[in-house]
Amino acid sequence: MTSPILAVENLSKRFGGLYAVREASLTVEAGSITAVIGPNGAGKTTLFALIAGFEKPDHGRILYENADITGESAHRLARRGIARTFQIVQPFAGLSVLENIAVGAHLHVAQRAAALEAAAEVAKRLGLEKVLNQPAATLTLAGRKRLELARALATSPKLLLLDEVLAGLNPSEIRDMLPVIRSIRERGVTILMIEHVMQAVMSLAEQVDVLVEGRVVARGTPAEVAVNPQVIEAYLGHGAAARLAGGAHA
Amino acid sequence: MTRRAFLPVLVVVGALACVPLVVHSDVVLNFLVTALLLTLAGQGWNLLGGYGGQYSFGHAAFFGTGAYATAILQTRYGLNAWPAFTFGIAAGAGVGAAIGALTFPSGLRGSYFALVTLAFAEVLRILASVAPVTGAGVGILVKLDPGIHALQFSSRAASYWFILSLVAAALVVNRLIEGSRFGAWLVAVREGEAAAQALGVDPTRVKLTAMTASAALTAAAGCFYVQYFLFIDAPIAYGPWISVEALLASIIGGVGTVFGPLLGALMVKTLGEAAKLVTGDAPGLDLMLYGIVLIVVVWIAPRGVAGIGERCRAWFARGSLGAGDTAA
Repeated sequence: MTSPILAVENLSKRFGGLYAVREASLTVEAGSITAVIGPNGAGKTTLFALIAGFEKPDHGRILYENADITGESAHRLARRGIARTFQIVQPFAGLSVLENIAVGAHLHVAQRAAALEAAAEVAKRLGLEKVLNQPAATLTLAGRKRLELARALATSPKLLLLDEVLAGLNPSEIRDMLPVIRSIRERGVTILMIEHVMQAVMSLAEQVDVLVEGRVVARGTPAEVAVNPQVIEAYLGHGAAARLAGGAHA
Repeated sequence: MTRRAFLPVLVVVGALACVPLVVHSDVVLNFLVTALLLTLAGQGWNLLGGYGGQYSFGHAAFFGTGAYATAILQTRYGLNAWPAFTFGIAAGAGVGAAIGALTFPSGLRGSYFALVTLAFAEVLRILASVAPVTGAGVGILVKLDPGIHALQFSSRAASYWFILSLVAAALVVNRLIEGSRFGAWLVAVREGEAAAQALGVDPTRVKLTAMTASAALTAAAGCFYVQYFLFIDAPIAYGPWISVEALLASIIGGVGTVFGPLLGALMVKTLGEAAKLVTGDAPGLDLMLYGIVLIVVVWIAPRGVAGIGERCRAWFARGSLGAGDTAA
């Protein structure tokens, strides 16, 4: 086994009296696709915000490439190679698609022309080449999700945090997106994704961490997690696992 | 950045430079000088407000600091006008950096940022109206000493060319920023701070840099004011009039565009003069007319005069595209 690119250790974040994330721990192997799943309000997005530097944890620490990055601000982490997408897409609405992506490319490319060129290259990989000069505001949701992904990729990340890039897409759009995500990993980018679309989790992820009420309650391959009684209970309610098992016997 | 990007700047500045060769009326030239003065102040505002999305209501703080620094250094310390002018710009930039350093790291934005900048300008106005060094309520008169050595020009045309060269420099600076990484970051911060940060942009630093440069440009307008009118007092230097006109010129002309402040300043000044002509001597009536026309302009062209051209272009471009191209 390779060494983990990311290790989250006993991370806690409280908003007022409510723990959004409570002593959560997980590791992400370099080059893997790891998924974080969990019911609504489980703390997935907060966990992402903590890892990407948008929130500071109350307890615990985050190790990235064996360095302690706990509490480091988001723009510094981006320079270290951690990129994220937002669940609620945040395109720079007034800019064209190309200009949007170029902002990401500028992280490592100072020259404007070179950044635009790099941006066009990324856009092509994500199938955005036809809409390069359109304002980002005119894109469909599927287009905006791709743009969100393209912008993050343009920063040449080592670790990509995807916050529900498939949410809100129709089945055919999801089918189109899966190979895109796979191809990103094939280029050596490690992916940690929050996802509700189980079809995608099953076909993409090697490892799944299940977050419930801020804690990681189960971990394993998608197939293992899907039959884990604790996971079934978390999604379907108390006693559901037993009823399902009973139903199977009857 | 290609040389072609600077061609429009060259054409516009070249055309404006020819005006005094054709027009000899002092009234017209004086009008144009004040319009260009406002352009320069607006260009400063536009850099931070237009490109960076940080709407300041207190650019008088920089205008006044530039003006007072230039005047005080000359009258009290006998400094030559050239270094005094340069120090004035630097002092304005310093005040910009200081206000930025006090506001941006604490996350002040939107209307809160606008209110705080307004408060800073007002505090400076009150201080300037009582402090002995600024001449308190009396103000400062700069000694008449025409000649290039004192940056005072007896001919209106020379003054006009001087302010035009400052405006031209600011146009070039704006154009350079537009085509740079810093410009891309600045606009990204305007469009979405969190998203920009996720892409490695340090919003506080970007805004601070923009505010410093923005303050320097508006301070230069203040320095010129002193050299042109040879007088400054607190209501002129730090009064809300310049804050309002600087942002008005940019908004009317088109925020976040290179030529917006120039177009806007010419329109705002023309409007003001026209309103006075139409209403004659009735006091206050011209301001009412001025206000009504402003409302209509903003209503018709919410993205400014420069925005109208852009919208037309976009409209034609959309018409020629296939429907399939609009879907991602």
